[in-house]
Amino acid sequence: MCVGVPGKVIEIQPNAAGVTMGKVDFAGIVKEICLAYVPEVKVGEYVIAHAGFAINTLDETEAMEVFETLKQIDDLSELEIPQP
Amino acid sequence: MADGIAEGQGGKKAGEQLAMGLQCPIPISEYPHITLAHGGGGRLTQMLIEKMFVPSFANPALQTLHDGAILDAPSVHLAFSTDSFVVHPIFFPGGDIGSLAVHGTVNDLAMCGARPLALSSALILEEGLPMQDLWRVIQSMQNAARAVGVPIVTGDTKVVDRGKGDGVFINTAGIGVISPNIRVAPTRAQPGDVVLINGAIAVHGIAIMSVREGLEFETALQSDSAPLHDIVARVLDVAGERVHVLRDPTRGGLASTLNEIAASAKVGIRLNEAQIPLDDAVRGACEILGLDPLYVANEGKFLAIVARESAEQVLAAMRAHPLGKAAAIIGEVVAEHPGKVYLRSRIGGMRVVDMLSGEQLPRIC
Amino acid sequence: MKYIDEYRREADAQKFIAAIQRVVTRPWAIMEICGGQTHTLIKFGIDRLLPQQVTLVHGPGCPVCVTPLELIDRAIAIARRPEVIFTSFGDMLRVPGSRDDLLSVKARGGDVRMVYSPLDAVKLAQKNPERQVVFFAVGFETTAPGNAMAVWQAKQLGLQNFSILTSHVLVPPAMEAILGSPSNRVQGFLAAGHVCTVMGYWEYEPIATKYRVPIVVTGFEPLDLLQGIYMMLQQLEAGRAQVENQYTRAVKRAGNVPAQKLIAQVFEVTDRKWRGIGEIPRSGYRLREEFAAFDAEKRFDVGSLTAQESPLCIAGQILQGLKKPRDCSAFGTKCTPEHPLGAPMVSSEGACAAYFSYGRA
Repeated sequence: MCVGVPGKVIEIQPNAAGVTMGKVDFAGIVKEICLAYVPEVKVGEYVIAHAGFAINTLDETEAMEVFETLKQIDDLSELEIPQP
Repeated sequence: MADGIAEGQGGKKAGEQLAMGLQCPIPISEYPHITLAHGGGGRLTQMLIEKMFVPSFANPALQTLHDGAILDAPSVHLAFSTDSFVVHPIFFPGGDIGSLAVHGTVNDLAMCGARPLALSSALILEEGLPMQDLWRVIQSMQNAARAVGVPIVTGDTKVVDRGKGDGVFINTAGIGVISPNIRVAPTRAQPGDVVLINGAIAVHGIAIMSVREGLEFETALQSDSAPLHDIVARVLDVAGERVHVLRDPTRGGLASTLNEIAASAKVGIRLNEAQIPLDDAVRGACEILGLDPLYVANEGKFLAIVARESAEQVLAAMRAHPLGKAAAIIGEVVAEHPGKVYLRSRIGGMRVVDMLSGEQLPRIC
Repeated sequence: MKYIDEYRREADAQKFIAAIQRVVTRPWAIMEICGGQTHTLIKFGIDRLLPQQVTLVHGPGCPVCVTPLELIDRAIAIARRPEVIFTSFGDMLRVPGSRDDLLSVKARGGDVRMVYSPLDAVKLAQKNPERQVVFFAVGFETTAPGNAMAVWQAKQLGLQNFSILTSHVLVPPAMEAILGSPSNRVQGFLAAGHVCTVMGYWEYEPIATKYRVPIVVTGFEPLDLLQGIYMMLQQLEAGRAQVENQYTRAVKRAGNVPAQKLIAQVFEVTDRKWRGIGEIPRSGYRLREEFAAFDAEKRFDVGSLTAQESPLCIAGQILQGLKKPRDCSAFGTKCTPEHPLGAPMVSSEGACAAYFSYGRA
């Protein structure tokens, strides 16, 4: 459960009921998204949006982790270390 | 009624009048809305025809106001096509039901390899439609037709009860002329052929969705609705009968159209996902809505399946045209898996691309 | 698109596949919980790129598929009422009830509207004070924060004409139900990244320990799934049974605390019936007493409904990973996306629909 898309916050503003809303940019298409669950998010940061809600901020450092793993796999395969 | 009058003279509509340079010839103060009487065949129907349609579409064949238009054509290969347009909302970013109706039939003729000769236009209007809206649609049709150089030579108008129509439904039919050396048909696709498209996919469908209630985006994406007769003519100029299939992937998207061709010609088609042009914003919209762009409607786009030796020439001809700047080779025709379309995904895996079942709906799951 | 394209590069995908091939020494059956994961695996052809020994079993992570038939019939009955504007995500509109589906209700004049977010439904209620707006709140934990916020906001605004029909299901009880079944053959779970973004993954630790199964939380891009499968296979081959997190850019162990807080304020855990599986204790959410006014089931009396499943549909066994779609006698013949007999053929990521559309027949 499932369709969660990363987008960049470009505006933050509370709505009529006092709930924090924002405009989020998904590669050029902008949609209004509820930011109530990411109270510390700042303009310019990324969130994961699902059904009109940001369910978390995207950790940009952690986002690089998979490429670190790939690099290690590269190094390992070059050394031809047999897997246990 | 009062609302209609206010609209006709309000700032927004006045702006439109200035932009079009002409004012709606039906006196809005007397007839701010379409009524059932406008479809009755009597005085009010005549008024619409004589004051709005004929002067707008202005051509000798239409001026005779007969049941059908009599046209002169040298004895040639003719293409004949018809299409109905029920798009909602009737005005959307990048076009409206009127321009769509003209482009749609012009393009169907172009997909037969034909130069458009003449169009018909049949309108089904809903009682209560603001006259100003009708005027806007008619002007849009004429602008589109004039840009293509094709006259709207005959037509019909009906009015249905309020609630029985969606404002406006339009049917356009068209005749076109095909040059002797051109022979395009879905059955002509053969193994070894190359599949090309003139630009980015899924634009029109997303543009319509972006203004539908419940799915509004802050960014309005423009529909890519456009007449393709000219770019098609360039393609036919360079490759002639080595152009085997021309097809515009409208409803059902690229996937459905290619499935139809594969089934017709009993060939397999293999697509390369990485080669299929897709604009960022359209992609973003598809990701959020959980839509597969391969199944989203297109306008202003066409597929060309051509003999392999002509692929590069056709690509160059497309790219040289304003409507083909993002043209690309997206796949090939093979003898294997006849009737089926396969896609090589971005990461190198293979999957079948099936026909669309029902309507593709946005999903969260 | 940033944070999407980088996870779809062919060269990187091939590296993971090679690493997976090096690490596998014997057959393993891995279940991916979530339909979105199934979708990616099949859409990108990943299942065909993995070594033969790795079997992917598709799990019950399709909330559309597991919504009980009675609830769909109830939704249809409510949607038929003239005063109701019935709103839903697109997913639910074609799921067959006993006789009908929501799209057919729309075709016959019912006011059924698709929305992108539950807040859109709240807006509709504000704009149409003389109508009753009902939102079909279907989903796993991922959608619960949104639904909670919609109800909470409706209360703040004092709306008298907004209610939700709840069909919320929870992942950990479903996992336990599958693992507890004597015919279970699943040896590891790929947990759903967006469910865990909300709920964290600390709930899976006792499950991993109790049943000695490794659990890896993954994202939904090709590289996420490939890395997740790689991590899973490394654990399986080494005999480990831990909870690991591949989707670190979105998931933290504790999850999203503000979201969990509001869910707990608005909802409480309850027993729930899962279509095709049966009742699983404490596996769903229902509105708390103080929000009962927003419960569509209480607001609309639609009488008693007798639900009738197609006798041919084996959805339950498919959802538990006990059978594959092609094991079903109706698959591709009596049951197709055009005329589905059960939910897994309708939902775009029900296993049956995925198999049918992506040619796994």
